[in-house]
Amino acid sequence: MSEVKKSKYINPYIGGVLLGLVILAAFFISGRGIGASGAIKSAIVTTVNTVAPTHAENNWFYEEYNASHANPMKSWLVFEIIGVLIGAFISGAYWKRLKLKVEHSPKISSKRRLIFAVIGGILFGFGSQFGRGCASGACLSGMSLLSVGSFVTMIFMFGTAFIFAYIFRKNYI
Amino acid sequence: MAPLIVNEIISPDTNLLLALLIGIGFGFVLESSGFSSSRKMVGVFYGYDTTVLKVFFTGAITAIMGILFLSLFGLVQMDYLYIHPTYMTSAILGGVVMGGGFLLGGYCPGTAFSAIAIGKIDGMLFMVGMFIGVFLFAEGYPLWEGVYKANFMGTTTMNEILDIPRGVFALGLILIALAMFWVGEWAEKKFPREEY
Repeated sequence: MSEVKKSKYINPYIGGVLLGLVILAAFFISGRGIGASGAIKSAIVTTVNTVAPTHAENNWFYEEYNASHANPMKSWLVFEIIGVLIGAFISGAYWKRLKLKVEHSPKISSKRRLIFAVIGGILFGFGSQFGRGCASGACLSGMSLLSVGSFVTMIFMFGTAFIFAYIFRKNYI
Repeated sequence: MAPLIVNEIISPDTNLLLALLIGIGFGFVLESSGFSSSRKMVGVFYGYDTTVLKVFFTGAITAIMGILFLSLFGLVQMDYLYIHPTYMTSAILGGVVMGGGFLLGGYCPGTAFSAIAIGKIDGMLFMVGMFIGVFLFAEGYPLWEGVYKANFMGTTTMNEILDIPRGVFALGLILIALAMFWVGEWAEKKFPREEY
């Protein structure tokens, strides 16, 4: 039974090489790295532009973004993220992992897992703006070109999580 | 020759189409490596599963070496590549806050998208949180604009501040990564867990 249930994942080092090649392709073709949080920012700015256009003109954050982006949704990252959803779906379908579920440690309830997921998302969303990108954009892609800020953000991101990991062990182990 | 878009070898619309294809590759790698599982993601902080460490640093090394070789052979113009700018205060702050988000939420944004694609409800809730977080930052922007733009250092790179050639820094990073992989393999044996 356990043999049948066991999920199959590719070798992590091969996965890493493939990930590196994806980043290389992005730089080679588009002159930029991969990302994720930027697409969320595009969606937020577009929503505010549509729902509250006057507000978007009065807040510097939206103003600065709109000044440099003609159409926020017709952006590289938005197309890339649509691709991520498709690619992950194909992989999930191939290895038979498509299933609507809440994944959590048996020691905690689904509700607790979901509450923590939202809190974690809020922190990550907020932090990704200070970091000018997330783990993929600010850290991984920036590190590819040896950006100092990327190395600093990466070290503080993994470092903070590592330091506080023990407190939240029940959530995962 | 490269980047293709800057040298007008491809059109802006083709660039967006290729962004979609790059995304498909990215999403496939994330999911097939197991990053659609939060327990697998966070395992690196407890030692029972260091897949994140291995994939992340193998990816970084591959990309760094690839760019070095492409520029060495004159296939890519380094000047045209987007280098992540360094605002030191905000880089540290962002890292700390994202680290907290990673630990509590169990995902980072890219992996959350891959989790959503295969039906993880916790991934979807993480994404709801992401939207709230970015929105809060945008709304309160005047409050933290000063911190956000403090200590700007331009597009400084690691080899520049250490005053060594790019290749030497890359070699050093490869050696550090190999040492971390060794620790990772050791940790997985010491803190074994069943596959999620």
